[in-house]
Amino acid sequence: MTSVPTSHVLLLAGTLFAIGLVGLLVRRNVVFMLVSIEVMLNAAGLAFVAAGSHWGQADGQVMFIFVLAMAAAEVSVGLALVLRLHQRFRTVDADAARELGGEGVASPAYGAVAADGGDE
Amino acid sequence: MNVMFYVAAVVAVACTVRVVTHVNGVHALLYFVVSLFAVATIFYLIGAPFVAALELIVYAGAIMVLFIFVVMLLNRGPQSVAQERSWLNPRAWVGPTALSLVLAVEVGILLFAGDLELETQTRVAPKEVGITLLGPYLLAVEIASMLLLAGLVGAYHLGREGGREGGREGAHREPGAGR
Repeated sequence: MTSVPTSHVLLLAGTLFAIGLVGLLVRRNVVFMLVSIEVMLNAAGLAFVAAGSHWGQADGQVMFIFVLAMAAAEVSVGLALVLRLHQRFRTVDADAARELGGEGVASPAYGAVAADGGDE
Repeated sequence: MNVMFYVAAVVAVACTVRVVTHVNGVHALLYFVVSLFAVATIFYLIGAPFVAALELIVYAGAIMVLFIFVVMLLNRGPQSVAQERSWLNPRAWVGPTALSLVLAVEVGILLFAGDLELETQTRVAPKEVGITLLGPYLLAVEIASMLLLAGLVGAYHLGREGGREGGREGAHREPGAGR
């Protein structure tokens, strides 16, 4: 009876992190981008717990609890921002918020959507 | 026990790929919950039972509820009825259910047969975690509490209706039509 090798757990954590990173880069829906960030945080927590289990120390689990608290705070603020974006632009497309760079950068399509949303 | 780890790992990776590639928000969240279940099983297998419980309660419980609320809020209007009908499609829940069943079988094996095998795995008990958390890491706990307070205040400020930006929109909306 052998225990699970730590390298395999770390490999799994790396795979999950890579999937989350690809999702963050590929998707343009803000909600899916937040979910991808959650996947990446979860993978980082898995790596912490695997390392803590490898040396038999509790520090890895303590760090996972901090990752959990950070994820909760990040998600609450991020989802409030998503609701704000949806109220203002009537879309959850991340590219809709590009007018943060200045009025001249905003694409005409989203400008019209923004004007509609404001007049409602 | 090694085999159970690899089965749970395959379930986790498959679910996470579906999370990233799915077009429907609620279906993707369903897959993400199963992925969190799989990771919680892995936590238990590598000797961290306390963190496995936290993963289920905080991630799969609290944070997923937030996501589902927001996805539901974003899907208002007449097309939501057709969407609701499409959500009851068996094709939507067969995948997550099958993957959850794999994990349920694993948990059953762990409960009824795996107790002796688990003793060889180094296990970090919740008591040890608590002593470490409130001992050397006490300052970090305080910082985390301040972070959570900042998140609470920020989410409240961004989410309320009568903000500086939202006041214009909120004033013309009849009461009851808003959120």
